[in-house]
Amino acid sequence: MRRLALAALLVAAAAAAQERAIPLEKLKSGSTFLGDDLRSLQDDDFANPGLLWVERGEKLWSEPAGRTKQSCASCHQDARSTMRGVAARYPKIDAESGRLLDLEGRINLCRARRMGAEPFKYESEELLALTAYVARQSKGMPMDVSIRGAARPRFDAGEKAYHLRRGQMNLSCAHCHEANWGKRLLSETISQGHPNGYPVYRMEWQTLGSLERRLRACLSGIRAEMLPYGSPEYLDLELYLAWRAQGLPIETPGVRR
Amino acid sequence: MAARVQVPAKAKKGEIVEVRILIQHPMETGYRLDDVGHPIKRNVITLLSCRYNGVEVFRADLSSGIAANPYIQFYTVADRSGEIEFTWIDDEGKPGSERQSIEVAA
Repeated sequence: MRRLALAALLVAAAAAAQERAIPLEKLKSGSTFLGDDLRSLQDDDFANPGLLWVERGEKLWSEPAGRTKQSCASCHQDARSTMRGVAARYPKIDAESGRLLDLEGRINLCRARRMGAEPFKYESEELLALTAYVARQSKGMPMDVSIRGAARPRFDAGEKAYHLRRGQMNLSCAHCHEANWGKRLLSETISQGHPNGYPVYRMEWQTLGSLERRLRACLSGIRAEMLPYGSPEYLDLELYLAWRAQGLPIETPGVRR
Repeated sequence: MAARVQVPAKAKKGEIVEVRILIQHPMETGYRLDDVGHPIKRNVITLLSCRYNGVEVFRADLSSGIAANPYIQFYTVADRSGEIEFTWIDDEGKPGSERQSIEVAA
């Protein structure tokens, strides 16, 4: 009987292990596909250019805005303790509205709901700065999103979107980042496509950018139609990607090619 | 435009110290076209100067081809306690400055 229980336990453990798209021991952050120069730039606590945005975000954190003249700090006090680990759990379902939110969406919802302020525009310096500042507080913590409850249908949609062939090249995300990671695409090594460094400073952009911007770049790369910013399909994908990267430490602000 | 300057907070007199600066700037090359094909006007930091207690210890003439958000590092000799101050100006005539103090023990 005990042996049977043990066997059942092992089967359950194996099933849990299969709950991953990529086995934990094979999981590689985008930074492992970089050259030494960019990796050391990311790890440099002074020269990492993304830190310019993090610093700006730190200032914005305690700047009052909107009708209520409140700042993020009015409710959340010191981000260094209150925001620790928060980014690791996003995208997440907002309990009040039932909406799936990424960190950017959460910041803008907070502005609308608590501060009576205009939402920041996608890819605006302010939104990138605050997002980077909040995510930075979780640096080194493993990604750990929930796909239970109301998040489950969004996760399933994200998984479907991830495997959907699209564009003139008729490729899905999985064709590069699942089946061919580690191989060369022209001068670049294909990564596993994890979102653990966002917002990232990309050399190609010469600036900080969000995960949505990166997804759009991928869509353009496979000659597919880019969805507008804020499309629910991006959020579904972001949730699926975050789940797929579970266990990877957060690197924000990452530096990428 | 934001900038970060790093110098050691404390140094011994005569010690060689590393000075680093990172400036947020688009460094628009002047060679790019916008979405409708019009050239985008060049806007780069043209002059960057560093003074140590008022004495210029480093100067750089920057131009197109230097990446956005330029990062520069150099070495200088710790002489006296005081301030290391950077000033710069870009094509649009917009100035910037950032300083950091250093304490030098004899």
